[in-house]
Amino acid sequence: MSEKIDPEHQEQHIVGPPVYLTILLCLLVLTAITTGVAFIDLGVFNAVIALAIACLKASLVVLFFMHIKYSSRLLKMTVLAGLFTFMLLLTLTMTDYISRAWGMW
Amino acid sequence: MLPGGVDPHAHPAFLRHHFESVAQQREAASFGMWVFLLTEIMFFGGMFAAYLIFRNWYHPAFVAGSNTLDITLGTTNTAVLIFSSFTMAMAVYSAEMRRKGQLILFLLCTIVLGLVFLGIKGVEWHEKYVEHHVPGMGFSIQDFVHPTNPKAIPLAPDMAEKTQIYFSLYFAMTGMHALHMVIGVSLLFFLVALASRGAYTEGHIMPIENFGLYWHFVDIIWIFLFPLLYLISRYR
Repeated sequence: MSEKIDPEHQEQHIVGPPVYLTILLCLLVLTAITTGVAFIDLGVFNAVIALAIACLKASLVVLFFMHIKYSSRLLKMTVLAGLFTFMLLLTLTMTDYISRAWGMW
Repeated sequence: MLPGGVDPHAHPAFLRHHFESVAQQREAASFGMWVFLLTEIMFFGGMFAAYLIFRNWYHPAFVAGSNTLDITLGTTNTAVLIFSSFTMAMAVYSAEMRRKGQLILFLLCTIVLGLVFLGIKGVEWHEKYVEHHVPGMGFSIQDFVHPTNPKAIPLAPDMAEKTQIYFSLYFAMTGMHALHMVIGVSLLFFLVALASRGAYTEGHIMPIENFGLYWHFVDIIWIFLFPLLYLISRYR
């Protein structure tokens, strides 16, 4: 066999308690921040910040709890392909809704 | 049998014959699970898209509806679910370390936290029922036309009717999320039973790992539901 890294013949990377504890703390702190920010009037940025924090939290869960940071390129691409497809559907739906004279019925 | 007593077909009992190695089997299982989770993203995605569009159309109704939710219970539930994700991650770690007692303990912790989440959710839903805020079950626009909260802007009756769209989406989204939790907790009981027979601490951790992916996915859905339903429309 060549020296190339082959994910199908690698020992699985084991993520340990220190990483999980750190991520747990980060997620709890981010939850506290997002709840606190909700009571401050920032106009449109309330929604922007809340969603940005939600995306950050979701990324931490995917990368560390779901091991994607340590996974093969196949799995990384799978996750990205899913997110990309979802964003595509959402964007095309929204372009339709914001660019037509849909009534408020 | 090869010379020297080497059996070329020796492999762990859980390795299926169509896979070359345990690592390949694991990779295939993870890939399959992720493809399933992508279909779940699309399933919840439709509801998120509906939320986005209706929130833009009937913004005042969505603000009024959102402010009837209990932010303390919502935040508590978010923390409970994050803790359950942590205990589930630790369960996967325990299986990898082949520690049976620890694995069962963390799976049980995850069950308890999942049930606490569902209990709190039940309290919140019951509150909505008492307040006549469940569409189709004696829904009343009274609280939105004549709000008791001094910060609330009274809505015209036609806009107040649109709070039903907010609550329909609220129940659809939290309801589908809770259904996923119920399925998850049910599966956890099976996993505990099998784990106590030592099924996952002899190297065959795939079922635990894939269930972990499912459980974390359900956590991620809540991570987005929480700001959208509870936070972004607060009266300040």
